Amino acid sequence: MEARGASALSIAEGVRSGKLRAREVTEQFLDRVARLDGGLGCYLLVDAEGARRRADAVDAAVKNGSDPGPLAGVPLGIKDIFCTKGVETTCASKILRGFVPPYESTVTARLAAAGAVALGKLNMDEFAMGSSTENSSVKPARNPWSTAHVPGGSSGGSAAATAASLCTGAIGTDTGGSIRQPASLCGVVGMKPTYGRVSRYGVIAFASSLDHPGPFGRTVEDTAALLEVMAGADPLDATSIPAPVGAYRQAARAGREGGSALKGVRLGMPAEYFQPGMDTEVEAAVRAAIEELRAAGATVVPVSLPNTKYAIATYYLICTAEASSNLARYDGVKYGYRTGEARSLEELYTRTRGEGFGAEPKRRIMLGAYVLRAGYYEAYYGKALRARRKIADDFAAAFAQCDAIVTPTSPVPAFKLGERMADPLQMYLADIFTVAPDLAGIPAISQPCGFTKAGLPIGLQTIGPALGEEICFRVAGAYESRTDWHTRLPPEVA
Amino acid sequence: MATDWEVVIGLEVHVQLATQSKIFSWSSAAFGADPNASTDPICLGMPGTLPVLNRAAVESAVRLGMAAGCHIRTRCRFARKHYFYPDLPKGFQISQFDEPICEGGAIKFRLRGEPRSIRLVRIHMEEDAGKNVHAAGGVSFVDYNRAGVPLCEIVSEPDVRSAEEAAEYVRAVRTLVRYLGIGDGNMEEGSLRCDANVSLRPRGTEKFGTKTEIKNMNSFKNVRDAIEHEVKRQATLLDRGERIIQETRLWDAARGVTQAMRSKEQAHDYRYFPEPDLPPLVVSEEQQAKLRASLPELPEDRFARYSGPAGLSAQDAGVLAAEREIADYFDAVVAAGAPAKRAANWVINDVLGRVGDPRRLGAGDVPVPAAALAELVTLVEDNTLSGKLAKDVFAKMWTERRRAKEIVAAEGLAQVSDGGELEEACRRVIAAHPEEAARFSSTPKLMGFFVGAVMKETGGKGNPKAVNEILRKLLA
Amino acid sequence: MSRITPDEVRELALLARLALSEQEVARMTSDLGAILTYVDALRELDTAGVEPMTHAVPFDCPLREDLVAPSLPIDAALANAPRREGSFFQVPRIVPGPSGGAAEEDL
Repeated sequence: MEARGASALSIAEGVRSGKLRAREVTEQFLDRVARLDGGLGCYLLVDAEGARRRADAVDAAVKNGSDPGPLAGVPLGIKDIFCTKGVETTCASKILRGFVPPYESTVTARLAAAGAVALGKLNMDEFAMGSSTENSSVKPARNPWSTAHVPGGSSGGSAAATAASLCTGAIGTDTGGSIRQPASLCGVVGMKPTYGRVSRYGVIAFASSLDHPGPFGRTVEDTAALLEVMAGADPLDATSIPAPVGAYRQAARAGREGGSALKGVRLGMPAEYFQPGMDTEVEAAVRAAIEELRAAGATVVPVSLPNTKYAIATYYLICTAEASSNLARYDGVKYGYRTGEARSLEELYTRTRGEGFGAEPKRRIMLGAYVLRAGYYEAYYGKALRARRKIADDFAAAFAQCDAIVTPTSPVPAFKLGERMADPLQMYLADIFTVAPDLAGIPAISQPCGFTKAGLPIGLQTIGPALGEEICFRVAGAYESRTDWHTRLPPEVA
Repeated sequence: MATDWEVVIGLEVHVQLATQSKIFSWSSAAFGADPNASTDPICLGMPGTLPVLNRAAVESAVRLGMAAGCHIRTRCRFARKHYFYPDLPKGFQISQFDEPICEGGAIKFRLRGEPRSIRLVRIHMEEDAGKNVHAAGGVSFVDYNRAGVPLCEIVSEPDVRSAEEAAEYVRAVRTLVRYLGIGDGNMEEGSLRCDANVSLRPRGTEKFGTKTEIKNMNSFKNVRDAIEHEVKRQATLLDRGERIIQETRLWDAARGVTQAMRSKEQAHDYRYFPEPDLPPLVVSEEQQAKLRASLPELPEDRFARYSGPAGLSAQDAGVLAAEREIADYFDAVVAAGAPAKRAANWVINDVLGRVGDPRRLGAGDVPVPAAALAELVTLVEDNTLSGKLAKDVFAKMWTERRRAKEIVAAEGLAQVSDGGELEEACRRVIAAHPEEAARFSSTPKLMGFFVGAVMKETGGKGNPKAVNEILRKLLA
Repeated sequence: MSRITPDEVRELALLARLALSEQEVARMTSDLGAILTYVDALRELDTAGVEPMTHAVPFDCPLREDLVAPSLPIDAALANAPRREGSFFQVPRIVPGPSGGAAEEDL
């Protein structure tokens, strides 16, 4: 079996039918990781023993005729934000180095129960704060298409590992764009589902009302298959949606129906996402993609999302407030890093946190503490919550005129390592096209739609209404079936 | 000349709810486990964990609010309250801020016989913190067993006017909590805690003086003593023209003083915001109606019924109304046919002395169930059994778990009221004591001697009233 | 005109329990200043009469039954503790603090 470029579902079908053995597939991928990850920095931890055990269990199930699961033998990478029982989980932060959770996240448990084989924990921006994975306290991750460039973030390791076939799929989290933007920069598919569609239990919290766990895949259907297993109500998450999980693979396949796959589908193009001054290559690729969708039968209508320009400000007020709260528990008392001799409680806290957190978490904690202060709450946080509703209402109004909205995922292709680190605000602005669906809690998918002349991927984003994952998969599936960007492979540097 | 200071006190009482599991997680909420043996990833605040709300905690909070006459919000919210302290695992407490579950209401009780009603601002739900245990050698230890146990915080208006009243208020909260069966209300064990805000103002003025917050009062007596001390301390300062510093002071029971806390962060910015992990809580009108129907008759209503229509003394009414199990037992004895006053005497003098924990009366394994006591009382009422013998019968009923009628029949204790038999006995006694009989007309108190002798003669079974009448007739 | 002063930054750092070097204070002052200036743009948005959106889910808080599940074994609860003494988590000695409902005991 050719591991490089292999799709998750092709492996699942192979293992389920007995043509492939999960253990062999696992060894192939572990070998790839060992040979190739040095230059990419995708993995923070490779759990070879655990992977082999799981693969053997899958093979045993197939052998004795029991159902090995829909993702039997599928090698996956797990963003190091998901708590994995008995396996170190750090969020790429010094303050959680050595933390071994005594519990498993709901998502990773479901994937394991479906037969998937987790190979290890993937690199990320510390506490999911960043858009380039340069904020990892361990090492940066690199874009497989050009290792001088960033893979995006915060789920940079997940996107890069999927692109480089160091796994056939991965899971990550998207709070301001952290699945879609790296997917776009690395030329793979990445999906942020509706808020609450996928359980957050065991997902280390960055911004509770904005965190969305979701899948990465090489193809739209692969991604849909992962989401089908991940999604669904969870008694351990009071914000998880009770509604039944949709038929996402089916929706992805429906898009492949040839010439009129999208007949009757209205696609909205928001003017605010196609402003003059855009990167010309990105604009050209996305507009061409939209033409392709039109050729597949869709109608394209102009829509407006007038409050788009406030999305970044709104996002950074809400996410930092929630982050400053969620990160208050890291104090050196119960788990993680602890400063050396602290002579008082105050020293224990301030030094542990001062030494344990990187610059970006510290910045966001400070900003969050500021905006929640008595007297400032209404002006900042309260205001942002109202702006959030207006942004959500914009989408609701737009969806009265269209079934899905199409936009670029990222305003720019991958930038060079170090290019945006000097100015935090510059980094924040990279989220401009991804942030609004997080605020509104609506689903959005990114898929490759072209390359720059320099060979860097460009991403197309399809946004759906709440619980509209199916329309996203259908549109994305239709586009994919008419193009071959998803079959391109990044160079291999042994 | 010293000013006439009016004492103004507001109280914050934390009630631990006796649910089986914690408010946001599934560990046991029971008291007394080994350190850190009753924890789970959620109450330890481990990364990635989320709160899931316990239905029983909500129901207890609603019932408490209803019993205090509060308005119950159909929609309320949880909020995060932030501060750094080792016993607070997440660095914030999940509490309620803007939209608490209960608003308004009042706690009613009697202060030296006078009815009092202290208005409430609100009652809200929150989670308890763990426990810091101090040791020598520059270290402290933390036990998270208690972290996540459900609490209701009851916040009063500053309507309390004396240390004594404050103690009675807290006692009334305890009684209510136990009546509802939502908690133990035990200050010594920490399942009921009280902080007081105390200030003084010249009597007749409206503007509030500077208040201090008093903490660490872990008994009713401590509540009273601590506040009394603080009032004196403030009055002394104010009389000297000095200011009161707004601060938190801890009561030191051993030394009998309040001490300002050394912590430099007196004013806390808790940075409240709505808890994102818990959507708003809805308690519908329908659910509220069900919970309201489950409320028992409340302590003050029982007291009013006992001291009013039932004609019991305030003291007796108070004893019977103090615990729901006692009141329920008493009501059942009366419902089974015993007259209120007599039933009250028996319950107070005989049952309560023997039962130990009065809550056993509600447990169903009482040696003398209410109906059995009523049967005994009825036997005395209808002169079948003398009052004196009844005491002995009751003792047997309690130790041997037998019914009164059965004991009376088995041991032939039925009171003799038959005039003939009694007259015979009287005549025999009079005949046996001729000198006393002769002296009777000049020494009427010899009646006691004769009655006693007749009782002895009849083995204690003579009806004393009848004996008295017959002797009077014979000795005349 | 600076949106936040170094002294405010130091005060905030204490509130957030973050020890910052003087260099970090300087950097933080300019970073936060720039970000606050940027988010100030939100002021021009008219939000009169708009309900705050605290949750992205349209349903109410689900309730769970009052059932007890086994606790973590003590060793598992303490396995990640940076400093442990017997069955306790260890911290430097605490001076009586602000805890809302908690009581403290002296050994």
